[in-house]
Amino acid sequence: MFSGKLHGIHAPHRKNTVDRVPVRLPVPPVITVPMSMNIGAPAKPVVKPGEQVKVGQMIAEAGGFMSAPIYSGVSGKVKRLDEIVSANGRFDTVVVIETDGEQAVWEGVKPPVVTDKDSFVEAVRQCGCVGLGGAGFPTSVKLNVDPDRVHAIIINGAECEPYITSDTRTMIDNADDVIYGAQLLQKYYTADRIVIGIEDNKPQCIKIMEEAGKGVPGFAVASLPALYPQGGEKVLIYNTTGEVVPEGKLPIDVGAIVINCTTLAVIAKYIRTGMPLVEKVVTVDGSAVKDPQNVIVPVGAPIQNVLDFVGLKCEPKKVLYGGPMMGTSVPSLEAPVMKNTNAILAFDAKDAEDPVPSACIRCGRCVAHCPFNLMPAAIEAAYNNKEPETLKALKVNLCMECGCCSFSCPARRPLVQVNKLAKAMLNQYNAEQKAAAEKKAAKEKEKEAV
Amino acid sequence: MNNMIVSVNPHVYAKDTTQTIMRDVLIALFPAVIASILFFGVRALLVEVVCVAVAVACEWAFEKITNRPVTILDLSAAVTGLLLALNLPASIPLWQAMFGSFVAIIVVKQFFGGIGQNFANPAITARVIMLVAFSGAMTNWVPAAFSNAPVDAVTAATPLAVIAGGEGELPSLLQMFLGARGGSMGETSCLALLIGGAYLIYRRVISWHTPVAFIGTVLVCTALLGQQPLYQVMAGGLFLGAFFMATDYTTSPPTPAGKLIFGLGCGLITVLIRVWGNYPEGVSFSILLMNILNPYICEWTKTKPFGGVKA
Repeated sequence: MFSGKLHGIHAPHRKNTVDRVPVRLPVPPVITVPMSMNIGAPAKPVVKPGEQVKVGQMIAEAGGFMSAPIYSGVSGKVKRLDEIVSANGRFDTVVVIETDGEQAVWEGVKPPVVTDKDSFVEAVRQCGCVGLGGAGFPTSVKLNVDPDRVHAIIINGAECEPYITSDTRTMIDNADDVIYGAQLLQKYYTADRIVIGIEDNKPQCIKIMEEAGKGVPGFAVASLPALYPQGGEKVLIYNTTGEVVPEGKLPIDVGAIVINCTTLAVIAKYIRTGMPLVEKVVTVDGSAVKDPQNVIVPVGAPIQNVLDFVGLKCEPKKVLYGGPMMGTSVPSLEAPVMKNTNAILAFDAKDAEDPVPSACIRCGRCVAHCPFNLMPAAIEAAYNNKEPETLKALKVNLCMECGCCSFSCPARRPLVQVNKLAKAMLNQYNAEQKAAAEKKAAKEKEKEAV
Repeated sequence: MNNMIVSVNPHVYAKDTTQTIMRDVLIALFPAVIASILFFGVRALLVEVVCVAVAVACEWAFEKITNRPVTILDLSAAVTGLLLALNLPASIPLWQAMFGSFVAIIVVKQFFGGIGQNFANPAITARVIMLVAFSGAMTNWVPAAFSNAPVDAVTAATPLAVIAGGEGELPSLLQMFLGARGGSMGETSCLALLIGGAYLIYRRVISWHTPVAFIGTVLVCTALLGQQPLYQVMAGGLFLGAFFMATDYTTSPPTPAGKLIFGLGCGLITVLIRVWGNYPEGVSFSILLMNILNPYICEWTKTKPFGGVKA
């Protein structure tokens, strides 16, 4: 099996906002809550235009097993249901709410009754939690596993992306919630160990969590080198347990559950108070931002409001959801803050500029820095030559799009972009192969019948 | 707000670009350039300037004529020109030096598709072609300053030729290390090349694997064969080749394992040629031969994807 150290990059840290206690955003006049804020099925709106809503009230129910309900972070009136183009280019239904500024809490907000694992998972489902590290995977689905299979619970406090200090603030400001969440997990899953992985560039978080976790059986803080992408799920599992998640398998297949520290704090808060996921601590930073800071933002608040609140130095030329390594660029400032938004980064023209690619010089830096030992330059060649079989052999499907290859490429090749396209090419090829095989099998069956 | 830039991640990049890498190589070659002028006079500088100028001009002209983006600012042509010059005797006729630069850039580099596409190191290949085409001028070694050569000598033997049984007296090890000996103008000063090589490793432009494997193999093999290992290591173009030519990105493997194999192969071939071959020196040939084997080494030393399952 695999041994040795995983590669990565020394990305600039730029944790400018680490000491900024989150400040609440004044309630924006209108919020736009998208229904697709998670991997899987979009949520289904349960409110109608004209209806009054309050803070913590459900506005959309889970759209299936792989989904999560959505709650209002404001009090006000539902203006309309609308459709927007989201950052990934797909159409998405949104619930538009005109706020009244009262921020009245919904009467139905009360702590859930949690007695066993199943009621715990149900509570997680009800709280609307998705992977808040950025992936947006419905947390209840992740936790809906046989407790006997869980050996290690890994809390992700790595926060390896540059700029972002949202999880850092969770660990500093809500350490008790994180620990309470850890205790709940320990109670219902009885894992041998419960580890919180934190990069060593956050010594205060390590100290606070060590202090707060005293007395929790099996709890430990793993201080990890600040090497991006330390917070990648498979990377974190390997670096805390030594287990390698094989291709096509899930963390639970090696006995691990990985949960982001903020996700855990949100779950703990819901079980304590009954207040579901309605707001996020968002790091607002970047070269176009005047005073980088952490802001508490209701889910659905337009980015424009957040940037106006923090103040801009100049007109932003590129705005990101998330960090500069894996963040998605936002097409418009009307775009809302989502459940899995942990940062909004606004860059000036100089930083926004896309680099001009030149020819690959085969320096091998993309290979040397890939955490998963892939060969991005070879993948690019195979993609350009339209060779899906080669892509399959090169295991492009394992790529997590962390950005290390593009980051380190001196020729500025768009390697992540090509990897995304190559994955799509491989998926299509696999589907075609499968369809052809099925067709052949059906034909043979027919022949036999004749 | 329709004028915002939307692009795929990542949105930050490391500082290094092709240009900064090539600039680092030029910086790393600077001590060797100084040494070449010190030991072989202003004539060395003239050859260097001519080789670089012709290499850059050839690249520019070829790209203009074939309607390709001009890449002379990435400095790779300048690196090729300078490396070629350092591999030539200071007495080389200028038209031959120009021809060498032309072959390196046009035939070896551009005909195969430009930077990143050539299968063999342009400077090495051009030198080997020149060695065959102008064998007289290419082995006409002018005596170095501060060397043991008689004051009125017109030519001097290289230490390798002396070891191989030729006439002349071996320089002291200190002279060898500093570069006061016959040879190509940029290859003689081990000190200058070591400083440059260390700089490249420090700047992470190259890794230690290839030079250590290359020089180590020559050291061990010649020691086993009783061939004056310290002289063997410092003589000829070994340091220049090991630090600057065998580490060429395009024509050597990207992985540490591949680099070790590549360096080992270079070392073995060098020793074979030096000890049993017709030529006193084999560094250029060894690198060229390993360049040809490079695709196979790359294939053997492919990385194993993390968590990958065999289909």
